[in-house]
Amino acid sequence: MAQSRTLLDKIWDAHLVRPETEDAPAILYVDLHLVHEVTSPQAFTVLRERGLRVRHPERTVATMDHSTPTLPRVNGRFPFAHGDAETQVETLARNCREHGIELHELGSRNQGIVHVIGPELGLTKPGMTVVCGDSHTSTHGAFGALAFGIGTSEVAHVLATQCLLQRKPKTMRVSIEGALQPGVTAKDVILAVIAKLGVGGGTGSVIEYAGRTVSAMSIEERMTVCNMSIEAGARAGMVGSGAWQTDEGARFDREIAVDVSRLAPMITWGTDPGTAIPVDGNVPEDAPQKSATYMGVKPGAPLLGTKIDVVFVGSCTNGRLSDLRAAASVLRGRRIASGVRVLIVPGSQQVKRAAESEGLDKVFRDAGAEWREPGCSMCIAMNGDALAPGQAAVSTSNRNFEGRQGKGGRTFLASPLTAAAAAVAGAIADPREVLR
Amino acid sequence: MKLLKGRAVVVLRPNIDTDQIIPARFLRTTRREGLGVALFADRPEFLQGQTGSILVAGENFGCGSSREHAPWALLDHGFRAVISSSIADIFRSNAIKNGLVPVQIPDTSQLRGEVAIDLETCTVECEGRRQSFALDPFARHCLINEIDELGYLLAAEKEIAAFEARR
Repeated sequence: MAQSRTLLDKIWDAHLVRPETEDAPAILYVDLHLVHEVTSPQAFTVLRERGLRVRHPERTVATMDHSTPTLPRVNGRFPFAHGDAETQVETLARNCREHGIELHELGSRNQGIVHVIGPELGLTKPGMTVVCGDSHTSTHGAFGALAFGIGTSEVAHVLATQCLLQRKPKTMRVSIEGALQPGVTAKDVILAVIAKLGVGGGTGSVIEYAGRTVSAMSIEERMTVCNMSIEAGARAGMVGSGAWQTDEGARFDREIAVDVSRLAPMITWGTDPGTAIPVDGNVPEDAPQKSATYMGVKPGAPLLGTKIDVVFVGSCTNGRLSDLRAAASVLRGRRIASGVRVLIVPGSQQVKRAAESEGLDKVFRDAGAEWREPGCSMCIAMNGDALAPGQAAVSTSNRNFEGRQGKGGRTFLASPLTAAAAAVAGAIADPREVLR
Repeated sequence: MKLLKGRAVVVLRPNIDTDQIIPARFLRTTRREGLGVALFADRPEFLQGQTGSILVAGENFGCGSSREHAPWALLDHGFRAVISSSIADIFRSNAIKNGLVPVQIPDTSQLRGEVAIDLETCTVECEGRRQSFALDPFARHCLINEIDELGYLLAAEKEIAAFEARR
């Protein structure tokens, strides 16, 4: 009888051009390579310097998302906040033309955040290997794919050879059980998992999410969970799909069980994504002083009622239609607190159109929020959408590192429901109170 | 490169993420060069006038984004190695591809002043005390002989073509 294999084992074995040995890593075949403007220009330069062509343009798809404006065109021109961002976008367009790569450019029908459009366009499929020069590539693991982020040198490797040199990662299974309480979402689940594992707890591993809670999740919820695997240090996150499943009895290097039946909405208090606490809980007594001071929070004190300046709903973590619906469910018929700026940034043009056809844009505008064009926006804050020093934001994105959303900005990570509740209250608030 | 000697720059804070190494606003470039000025741009207190070519950092160094701009900035600033009790996966991979030596040792607390890293024996020496570190044999081979991984992959062209043909 064949040995029981994990989902990772199966995808790995199916893509081995050359197996690994003690002396050399495996040569792993890549089915789908997603490209964006920020981590690709230097890779195309390598190809040009060496006189190489893209081996499989048909396995390569590009979009513009990281440094792009989220405000509409003015007199037919995109309002780039920085000239160098415009140069980057033009460089990607030229590279794609030169190599025959499909490009979803700014303003086109299917443009959007790379990890939102891949699945939307039906590019991501179970059993595939998917890579991109972006650490949140793990999002695509929701479809039963092995998907991980790579550096720019590796972008060049894949462009030129469709392959990567890789050591096989360790396997970790996170089994999640329990029905989620009202107001508790996939974002809260993954924030709780990261808090349990720690920001380095997944290093060297691929996490497979299993258990009935995950089985009951929609594909968009699974994408939110897989998306943040890297925030625990893991190379990738995945969920079995269709014929691509872990065999009964397969062994994992590490197994973790998480019960979410009593989980509350979660929010981070600190400066790494492992610092989530229940929204109605207290900042830990032993919170490192540097992080607490940076965030303007007090060890031992509650977060509820902490004044905020900005709410950001969007990103590859929570910028899909179900996320916008969740935010709208709180904002419908309500006004955002005075003095609070709320940015709602759909993950893609498709998400934007779908949201508008349901009237969500009107809900947001009526509440006093800004309804923007798709892109990474304030998640990475390199396009002009940024916090000012000292400003506090409740954000549905994935990182709360110091300065992540703008120099000196303070980020509290939470779900779209919790973010919307904060928008209404002008302070950190419990979405369960609003929904009740 | 087999032996690397230099002065330690000690920044023992844990979880120095890629946004602290190089903030995102410096990623709006199409070049690899000249990023040294952006290194720790918002964390000037990290270096505090320390100069040297070997960065000794707290645990989980380089966590976060896949930006290769992080090792590019460290190299352009003059660093040749990073020593930490743990180094994030993508950062380590990016570092090796650019010849920045990633060294993981359990105890970094004794490292100061002049440090020597021997890639042949995989040891770090400081003030007469020697510690071994583990390094993937392929990474070690590539660092010592300045092997370019793209060249290695291109040389596997026949195997790649055969794999594509049998799928």
